[in-house]
Formats: sequence, structure tokens, C-alpha cells
Amino acid sequence: MEAVHGHDHAHDHQPSGIMRWVTTTNHKDIGTMYLWFSFVMFLVGGVMAFTIRAELFQPGLQLVNPDFFNQMTTLHGLIMVFGAIMPAFVGFANWQIPMMIGAPDMAFPRMNNWSFWLLPPAALLLIISLLVPGGSAGAGWTLYPPLTVQQGMGMDLVIFAIHILGMSSIMGSINIITTILNLRAPGMTLMKMPMFVWTWLITAYLLIAVMPVLAGAVTMTLTDRHFGTHFFNPAGGGDPVLFEHIFWFFGHPEVYIIAIPAFGVVSQVIPAFSRKPLFGYTSMVYATASIAFLSFVVWAHHMYTVGMPVEAQLYYMFATMLIAVPTGVKVFNWVATMWQGALTFETPMLFAIGFLFLFTLGGFTGLVLSLVPVDVQLHDTYYVVAHFHYVMVAGALFAAFAGVYFWLPKWTGRMYDETLGQWHFWLSMIFFNVTFFVQHFLGLAGMPRRIPDYALQFTDFNMISSVGAWGFGLSQVLFLYVVLKAIRGGEKAPQKPWDGADTLEWTHLPTPAPYHSFETPPDVK
Amino acid sequence: MRFSTFLRLGWLCATMAASGIAAAELQWNLQRPNTALAQDIYDLHVLIMWIITVIFVGVFGFMFYAIVRHRKSVGHKAAHFHESTTVEIMWTVVPFLILVVMAWPATKTLLAMRDTGQPDMTIKATGFQWKWGYEYLDEGIKFYSVLATPRDQIEGSAEKGEHYLLEVDNPVVVPVGSKVRVLVTANDVLHAWYVPALAVKQDAIPGFIRDAWFRADRPGIYRGQCAELCGKEHGFMPIVVKVVTQDEYKAWVSQQKQGASAAFDPKRAYTLAELKTEGEKVYRTHCVVCHQPDGKGMPPTFPPITGGRITTGPKAGHIEIVLNGSKRNPMMVAWGPQLSDFELAAVLTYQRNALGNSKGDSVQPAEIIAARN
Repeated sequence: MEAVHGHDHAHDHQPSGIMRWVTTTNHKDIGTMYLWFSFVMFLVGGVMAFTIRAELFQPGLQLVNPDFFNQMTTLHGLIMVFGAIMPAFVGFANWQIPMMIGAPDMAFPRMNNWSFWLLPPAALLLIISLLVPGGSAGAGWTLYPPLTVQQGMGMDLVIFAIHILGMSSIMGSINIITTILNLRAPGMTLMKMPMFVWTWLITAYLLIAVMPVLAGAVTMTLTDRHFGTHFFNPAGGGDPVLFEHIFWFFGHPEVYIIAIPAFGVVSQVIPAFSRKPLFGYTSMVYATASIAFLSFVVWAHHMYTVGMPVEAQLYYMFATMLIAVPTGVKVFNWVATMWQGALTFETPMLFAIGFLFLFTLGGFTGLVLSLVPVDVQLHDTYYVVAHFHYVMVAGALFAAFAGVYFWLPKWTGRMYDETLGQWHFWLSMIFFNVTFFVQHFLGLAGMPRRIPDYALQFTDFNMISSVGAWGFGLSQVLFLYVVLKAIRGGEKAPQKPWDGADTLEWTHLPTPAPYHSFETPPDVK
Repeated sequence: MRFSTFLRLGWLCATMAASGIAAAELQWNLQRPNTALAQDIYDLHVLIMWIITVIFVGVFGFMFYAIVRHRKSVGHKAAHFHESTTVEIMWTVVPFLILVVMAWPATKTLLAMRDTGQPDMTIKATGFQWKWGYEYLDEGIKFYSVLATPRDQIEGSAEKGEHYLLEVDNPVVVPVGSKVRVLVTANDVLHAWYVPALAVKQDAIPGFIRDAWFRADRPGIYRGQCAELCGKEHGFMPIVVKVVTQDEYKAWVSQQKQGASAAFDPKRAYTLAELKTEGEKVYRTHCVVCHQPDGKGMPPTFPPITGGRITTGPKAGHIEIVLNGSKRNPMMVAWGPQLSDFELAAVLTYQRNALGNSKGDSVQPAEIIAARN
């Protein structure tokens, strides 16, 4: 407790009201803003998913025209990936990394503020793009040309939004890496860092490596559109497949940029509720690093059907299958952590187990898709849609929920309502599977993705999926209610509400965590 | 939403809830294969599903055992082990060996799939926004294949037919048992030629030609769809392959060739009525998805034909934009390479004299020929 100062210092006359948030350089304030921003974006992207599933409830065109439908699928993807999931985990990083390594704040507090405040304009660009003539980009979140070259000015707004989001991510990553490498408390060696910190260190390197690649790809699209270049135009000697290669060189690591911090959260939550240390810490670190490395050399498994040489297909197939090994190690380690523990099942643990169960399922369908002959049948069908929602929603999003319930007491000083939290878990779990499990069957039967209307044999599963999606969406309103209820009048939380939690924020800081923590570093044994 | 929809959904939920299994008519796996390769893929998928099911049950068997037996509420005390090199090595090596077992049949099937050599016949499939064009390279047969589902079925003012969205005016016809090589390319944006029962999915890439092949086992009609997002009508450009006996195929080929030889005479002057009749067919096939059945278009991207600046303006400008496409609006592609002189003359005449327009002038094939040069 000696690390905490009883009263605030002279440098704390901060502005009040809205200016507090605009000018703040405090990692906790910025983390809070990231989390709220991502939740708002989650709702915006969710409304788009509602629209998509409403149109797909039955065959025929009822609610929207195909153009608008394509804009919905495109923006839903972009907003959920760049607006909801990524900022959510940056929010966790901001709150948790300094507290977990015994640092007073992030290494570059002003840049931290700038990283966050770049996000709202980018989000506005994405949303405004719906209102310009011709509407937003309708080329899918993968933005494949030549379709992107045909689109109206909404496409340009999306490109600029991606530029800004990329800048924000790169600055955020530089900040995280510098903080972790330079601001650890004495005694906190790399191999003593909490797993969450490790996963973010690795993720930040991934981000720095691939965000510029995405920026390059969309800039080439921009110059093809307006400045007469022919990077992707075969009539001028370009190649549309070039874009796919560049995009997926970004896109595959991006999958792990989303998944790896989720692994980190789960690696904190499972030991805490098993009352037992994380099994195989060292192998977890190496497995995470291997996954990150492999993610750079498998990108073309998203493009098995472009007609690349069979040798290339074989290479990408073998390399992709290999990812199952380190991923398997992680799953086995989590199960081994639970084995012989003294388990309790509060909401964070429920979401972590939900993550473990469903993420593994998504991993298995990934293995199915890694096999080229099978993928040729399933590529660009609903099977793929089901697969990546298992990894992104049941994976990353469930881990984020686990993290919020886990750390909310430390952040706010209040406990959430356990009953309602568990309701949130079970509703999410059930409706998620109602929505996405049946999509595997749609894909197997041959329903392509990104279509606003479908043949009659796909009707039943689409109806089930739509009902599930609406239920899943509404369940998230309950989440908002639980969080607000906790903040406004939750029971006072003790310093360490979870028996098995053993990282610095629980052992060394009071609840709620003070505005400035660890101004003098703690002693780590 | 109609009442019958509610009934259907209610029935579905009721069956699923009551019996735990859904209706027998639902499709749970890949479509019934119609080539040896499709069968191999089907079997490979089933094999992999068994392997992962066993692993899944094994791993989560442990987890659920722990959840039941190692919980604090039953008084279980936490152990303190957190490392075991032996176990770590084991669960690295064993999954690796399982992967080798999976990779073996996958590699064999893949090598067979990509062997497009020695075909019995070759068809070129070209993706357009939003239809497929087919060319039988050995026979010289060429045609377009456009969605045949009427618009009112899509918009819900008519009952949907059995093959809703999976029917075309001109299907691809191939003989049973022949190795058919498909050359796939595109004219504008990416498309993908996908027929599940034949296990073919090949992206169509403008400027590049890729290939795939199939050898159908049984006669029948096999339906697929474009599988790569290609714009607003992506969901409305199906692929239908009609597999027939060798004799039926020969008859079809000679019939196609006869149809083609009854071609038009470029020197003849056609009457406005003749051109309009033919032009309406061309308009319904090629123009209608953007400029709409009533000619009102979907501004601003798809301008109206009715009272349009170009369609009611000088002939030269009208011919120019249809022949060569628009410089300002990339959605208006060049129709010169896609349509014949006669078809272009006909559709231009139709646009100037129908859909609310009445210029009273006709565009002759000779004028198109002149404009092409």
C-alpha cells in the first residue's frame, strides 16, 4: 500500500467537465474512454447486424435494397473490427498494463490522449459515408478491387477512416511497447509479467508490423481511384489479386491482433477462479509468440480459390495447419489450469469458459477450412461467416466481457450484480449459438456470404439465425444495464474480491484504484 | 411479413424444441456430390469432422470433469502444480501427428483437383456485372446466362418458384462422363464460379484466366451461385449446369450452331418495329438490373432511360456511351465487346422509342459498325 499516496499532488488541477476528458493524459481516464467508445461502436455495428439479419429473415427483398445491404455488411465488419473489438482491448491495455507492471502511467501520456481522440473522427467518417451520394463502401470489409474502384465517394471516406484508425493503432502500440519495456517495477522481469501484459507486448508488435501494410493497400486503392495509377487494374498492367495478397498480409495477423489480447484476459481470469497458478506459463509465452510469428506466413489461406499454383496452396495449407499446434497448447494449458483447482463460477469465469469452449470450436472449423479441397467448397460461404464469428465474438468479445466483469470492481470500486451478470452470460451464450451454429449448415449447403436474398432451401436456418441475432443483440442491453447499475449503486468492492487474483492491481492497490497509482514502484518479489 | 412465415417459424421452433432434432428435409452437410472429386471432398470433410469431434469431446471431457468435481462448492482444495515439461511435449507432438494424418488425404485430393490436363472439352466462363457469359471454345458456341427468376418473385408480389434465384435463361450444357475444363475470367470486377455438387469454385479475375475442371457422374441439373462479392446484384447471378447424355449433348450443339447461323445481314436496313422487338429482349437481359424495368433507373448511380439526357439526345452520343462506356461513371461499362452490332442497334432503338421515349429514329447495325471503326 506504500505505493499509493494518500492525497493528490499539486499537478492535479485538472479541468473539470468535458475538458477533463478532452485534455486528460491519465491512463485510467483514457482507458475508460476507449472502453466506452468501443461499446458505442459495438451498438452501432450491432444495429447494422440487426438490419442484415432482418433482411435475411426470409427470402425475397423486404427491407433494404442490395446496395444498402452491401454497405451494411461492409460497415458492420469495419466498425466491429476497428471500432469495437480493437479499441476495447486497447482500453484494457491502458487501464491494466501500468497497474500490472507497477508503472505510474503509460510511457507517452500525451500521445496516449492523441491515440484515443483520433478514433471519434474516424468513426464519424465511417458513419457519414452512409449519407453521401451513392452511399458508403459496399465492397465488403476486405475492400477488394476492382469493385472498390467503382464505388462512390463513400469509399474515399472509408479509406481516410482506415488511415486515421491505423495511425491511432500504431501510436497506441508504440506506447504499449515502450511502457512494458521501460516502466516495469524493479524485480518485474519479463518472465514474471502477467500473461495479459505479455499478450499485449506481442500484439503491439503485430500492429506496428501490419497497420502500415493496410494503409498502403488502401492508399493504392485511393490512387487507382483518383490519380490514374493501375496497381490493381489489369488493363494498365496491374493485378487485382495483388490487393488480396497485401490485404491478407495485414488481415491474417489482424485476426491475432484481436485474439491474442483475448488470450491474455482469459489467462488472468481462469487462474483467478481456479485458485491455482496458470499452468505452463513459459509455454504460454512461447506459444503466443509462435502464433504471432506463424500469422505472418499463412495469409494466402484466405485466397485458396484465386488460382495460385498448387505448390503455393500446399505450402499455405501445411503452414496454416501448423497454427493448430501452439493454439492447442494454449487450450490444453487453460484446461490444465482448471484441473484440480477449486473452481467457482462468477460471471468473469463463465465468460472465460464460454470463450474457451467456443473459441476452440471456431479453431476446429478453422482447421477444416485450412484444408484446401474442403475450403474450395466452403470459401465465401456462410461456413466462413460462422467460423470467424466463433473466433471474433465468442472468442474476442466473450473475453472482453470476462475482462470487464473481472476488473470492474477495481476500476469503479463497486461490484456488479452477480445474478444479472450470469443472466447476461447465459443469454449471450445461448443466442450466440442459435445465431451462428446453424450458419455452418448454410455454408455446407452452399449459401454464399454477402447476399441479400437467397434460395428457398436456406430459409429455415436463416430464420433461426435471425431470431438468434436479435436475441443476442438485445442481451447486450442487459450488459449496459449491469455496468451502469454497478457504477451508480453497486455494493462496495473489497481490495481483492477474487480469491485467486494475484497481480499487482489486486495485491498492492486499494479499490477503486486511485487516480494515480504506483508513483513509487512497488517491490516485486 | 406474411402469416405463413410465422407459422413456419413456429412449427420449426416447436419441432426443434420437442424432438431435439430439426426437420429431416434440412441440409446438414455438403450437397450430394456429383463428381468423384466432390465425393472425395465430402469424405475428407466427414473424416475431419470425426477427428475433431473426438478431440473436442476428449479435451472438454476433462474440462467438464473439472467443472463438476474440482469446484470449490464441493469442497475441492486447489492443487499447486503449474508445470510439467513431459505433458507439454506430449501435447505438442501428438497434435502434430494428428495433423499429418489429416494432411495426407487432403494433399492427395488437392493434387487431383488441380490436374486440369487432357480435358475432353473446354468452356470459358466470363463473369459480368451481373451475368455469366459462356464460350464453348471447341464448338464456337457463345451465349449469356442471366437470372430467370422474375422480379416480382424477388419483391414478394408473386409466389416464389421452386428454383428461386437458382434458375437462368441459358444453362451451361455438358455431357456426362466428359472431363470439362472451365476457363474462368471476368470482365469488370471479381466474381467466382461456384457449383457445389461439382466441387468447383474458381475466382473470376479480370485480365487473368484461371482454370478448374469437373467430370459429372450423373445427368441432372446442378445449381450454384457467384461466390465473390461483385456489387449490388451479386446474389442474383446464378450458375446452372445441365448434365446430359452424350447424344443429347451432340443434338444440343448442332441446334446451337443452327441458331447462330441464322444471323442477321449487316447490309440490310431494319425497320424500327423489328429493331424495337429485338431491342426489348436485349434490354430485359442486359440493361434492366440497373436502369430498371420501367426505365426510371436508380439515380444518381444509374441514371434514367426515360427522358434521359443521352437517350433523348443526339444518336452519336447515345451510341458512344453504350458502345464504349462512360468515362465519368465506372458503373456504365462498355457494351461494345459484349453485344453484337445487331443487338446494340436494337437496344439503342428500343431505348429511344420505348420506356416513355419517342424519338422516332432508329439506329441501324451499319451505324454501329461505323462507330466501332
